[in-house]
Order: sequence, then structure tokens, then C-alpha cells
Amino acid sequence: MDYKEKERELRRKILKMLFASQSGHPGGSLSCVEILMSLYYDVMNIDPKNPEKEDRDRFVLSKGHACPTQYAILADLGYFPSEDLDGLRQIYSHLQGHPDCNKTPGIDVNTGSLGQGISQAIGLALAAKLKEADYNIYTVIGDGECQEGLVWEAAMAASHYKLDNLCVLLDYNGLQIDGSNDQVMGLGNIVEKFKAFGFECLEVDGHDIHKITEAVKAPISGKPKFICCHTIKGKGVSFMEDQAGWHGKAMNKEEFDIAMKELGA
Amino acid sequence: MGKSLRVAYGEALVKLGQKNKKVVALDADLAHATMSATFAENFPDRFFNMGIAEGNMMCVAAGFAHTGFIPFASTFALFGAGRAYEEIRNSIAYTNANVKFGLSHSGLSVGEDGGSHQSIEDIALMRVMPNMTVFVPCDPLEVEKAVFAAAEIEGPVYIRVARPVCDVITTSETPFIPGKANVLKDGSDVCIIAMGLMVPIALQASKMLEAEGISAAVVNMHTIKPIDTKTILEMNEKCKGIVTAEEHSVIGGLGSAVSEVLAGHKGAKFARVGIQDKFGKSGKPEELFKAYGLTAENIVASCKETLA
Repeated sequence: MDYKEKERELRRKILKMLFASQSGHPGGSLSCVEILMSLYYDVMNIDPKNPEKEDRDRFVLSKGHACPTQYAILADLGYFPSEDLDGLRQIYSHLQGHPDCNKTPGIDVNTGSLGQGISQAIGLALAAKLKEADYNIYTVIGDGECQEGLVWEAAMAASHYKLDNLCVLLDYNGLQIDGSNDQVMGLGNIVEKFKAFGFECLEVDGHDIHKITEAVKAPISGKPKFICCHTIKGKGVSFMEDQAGWHGKAMNKEEFDIAMKELGA
Repeated sequence: MGKSLRVAYGEALVKLGQKNKKVVALDADLAHATMSATFAENFPDRFFNMGIAEGNMMCVAAGFAHTGFIPFASTFALFGAGRAYEEIRNSIAYTNANVKFGLSHSGLSVGEDGGSHQSIEDIALMRVMPNMTVFVPCDPLEVEKAVFAAAEIEGPVYIRVARPVCDVITTSETPFIPGKANVLKDGSDVCIIAMGLMVPIALQASKMLEAEGISAAVVNMHTIKPIDTKTILEMNEKCKGIVTAEEHSVIGGLGSAVSEVLAGHKGAKFARVGIQDKFGKSGKPEELFKAYGLTAENIVASCKETLA
């Protein structure tokens, strides 16, 4: 696969959806494109024709507001028609503002309320262990999300139960709604924190698909994995990059046209 | 022959666990209080202590449900329904995940631990959620029936389990049909609709009223949601007064649920016995019941007021 062309195509689809709905979250959707591409195109055992396949790997988008990225990929893989993307956040559509497993094929659990995705992923991983199943659970969390105490309750449980079938990927773009993480509520050394909670920790360039895949596939045993993916919020659109203001802002027509041109439309 | 409802809960989980291998149990470091420890002793592989982290326990339970298991999550009612409210709301009720809650130490009957531990609002919090079923068993036999009924329902079920030792007032033959109240005693002047620990107290009140020539029906409303609209409206037609009795705030609990059914219907006068918008405090359960008016005498007085 030509990853370069694919990521630009996905980013265009994401922006098209967000522009049509005049709501949603561009910044954090664009920052996690390569993370989700690595998981969906390179890593996970899944079958778009059989979304409920029992031995599939599970994916939990704990930072559920970035769901346009997941929707664009699910459509690309054939979970549902690409035309459905036009309905993002519309009353007639199955594509909710945050992921809904009862409405959208390919979504494993509901997320959107921060912290609850990674916490549910612990349950999926424990349940897989109890079933003696050998599939894995992948979850993508946000940096602002790590301010939720629930993330750390979940992290404690992951290492207590030695969940080596769990991989947590952090989309570390450093920004959240009210400003930078450091301005709002500093995370300290987030990698050391997860290490202290008993995770095997890796750090990668979160826009390098090959590096992400390599880190995800690196073998571990007896402990959960944490991959700190260094990313840029709004990646791919010059005026959105590294701007907290584009967390949840709608583009006007002029901005949309510039963004699409930059992405090769 | 009395038995603590939480002991009955632990035993019921074991019986269910023997029949259904999909049943797993979770607790938040209160397994020896909620008695989910009984399940843990019998099925150590299917029991998960999640530590003192109720929110995480609820989301983990959702993860089990999404994998086809039937998780029963237990802790104190306040820390489950209260502290972990939004985890239950979004990860379980909103998703309609097949999670069951056996939340114990509800109401004033916790006793000495005091107001910080006495959940007077859990029914309100749970019944407001779409998809949620709410059971309040009144004796050890009903606890077991509620546990088995919960496992048959596809979706979240809240079971409120009080701490004290309770007399058995139903029989093994008494039906437990979700959403169908049991008329324990028929009557024509007033109807007392009670839940949980107030059911035996309501029966006592009914006897006291009979002694004064007032015919008082007693309804065991073991399911608060879906509420038995039919029985409530029949009693409203038949009786001159309806009095609810609950070990819960009168705001949002059984009294509110019944009044929602009665609204818009002509008929009986209506009164609510329960906790009158106050927090609890330390004391022995029987002392607290007296201090907060959860007594047969107070039910009798309220019934008479509706007839006045």
C-alpha cells in the first residue's frame, strides 16, 4: 500500500466529514491518523465482512472524539459504504459524534467519555485471558485524557492482572481544549508514569507508520505495553498544526478549500 | 428464620455460577461485605477483585459483557450507583451492556457507618437511566430470585441489597416476575406500596390498621423499573388512599415512581413515607428507622391522613 497517498486520502475524507457537519474535532482526528493506520492496515486481525468475528483483535478508541479518523478507515476497509461518511453527526446517520457499537459496524465499544475506553479495554483483555483466547486489545488514548483518574485506575489493573494482550497507544500531541497540557494540568513524565505503573514502555514518532507498527509488534510477556506516539495536533494542515484552537472548531469554506488543497485535492 | 440479604446474594451468585459458566463476579475490595466472596471461594478463576476503584470496575464489567460474559459487579450502593454513576451511564446503560449490579449496604440500614455510607439516592440515580432494570428484593428468597431473573434479562440490571438480617416473608413459590408487583395482602380502604426492608413494616402497619377496622392492602413493589403501572392504577381505582413506603429519599425513589404513574389519574389520595430530603447519620438501624419515620406507626398515620 502507498501509505503516503492513503494518509492524504484519509485526511481529506476526515476534513470533508467535519466540514459537512460543521462540528466535531479536527485537531485530534488528524494527529492520530498514522496510529490508526498502523493498527488497521498493518497489525490487527480483523474481517470487515465479519465485524463480529469472535477471534478478532479488539480496538478501543478511548479518545472517542477522534472517531472521524476511525470512520474514514472503517469505510475504506469496507465495513460500510464510503457515502455514509457524509452523514457524520447527522440525525439520520449511524455515524455518531462519538463511537457507538450498537450503530456502527466495526466499533467494539462505546467511548467518548474520557477514561472509559482504556478502562473497558482492561475488561476486554481480562475477558480474553479468561477465555484463553489469543487475540489482542489495542486502545488509543489522548494526552489530556490522562488527567482523568480513571486512566490510572485502569493502568493499575492492567499491570496487576499482567495483561500482556493489551497495548495502549498515547496520541501525544501536547494540546487540549484550554491550551497545552502543561498550561492546563501538566502530565509530568508520562512515559515514566506508565513505567512506574508496570507497563513495558516504548516511544515512537507517531506519524511514522512503520515505526509504530514495529513498536506494536515488539514482543512482550507478562506485562501490558504502552507506546508513547509523539504527534502533531492538526497534522497535515498548515494552519491547524500545533494549534489548540483547532481541537473542536468547524472550518469555514475558505479554510476547508485551503486544507483540501494542501492535502492534494 | 432470618438471613442477611447480602449472604443470600453471595449464595445466589454461587448457585447461578454453577448453572451458568458465563457468570463472572467483580468487587471493589468489599467482597467480604457484599458477600461476593462466597462466589470467589467457589469460582476463584471467575472472580476479579478490582481494588478500591469503582469506576474502573464498572468499565471492566462492560468489557466482560462485550465478550459474552455475564458480569455481576458488587460494592456498596453509594460507591457503585453514586461514585461510578457516569461509568455505569455511558459504558453500560448507554451501550445496553449486559452487566448486573449487586449493590449492598443501601439505605439507612447500614447503620453505624453513618451518612457518608448510607445511600438514600441510588434508586433515583439508577432508574433515570434508559435500558436499566431496577430490583429491590425484600427478603433472602427474593434476593435469589432477583439474581436469577437478572441473568435472564439482556441488559443492565440493578439489584439493591440491604445489609440487615431479614425474616423470610415470601415463599419459594411466590412468583418473581420483573415488572409485576406482588399483592401480599388485599384491602379496600388504603393500599401501602412498599419496597425492600419496608415490606415487612408495611405488613405490620396493615395489621394495625385492620385492628382499627381499616382495610389496608400491601403491595411488594420488588421492581421499581419497569414499574407495575397496572397494579398501581387498579389500587388507585379501588382504594381511597395510597401510601408508598421506602428506605430511600422520597425524591426520585419509589414514591416518585408511583406518583409518576398516578399523575393525571383521578382517584386515591397519595402520601409518601420515606427519607424526607435529609442525609442519614450514625446509629443502630432500628434507631435510625424510628428517627426518620420509617415505622409502622408512621405508615398507619399516613394512611389515616389519606382517608381523612
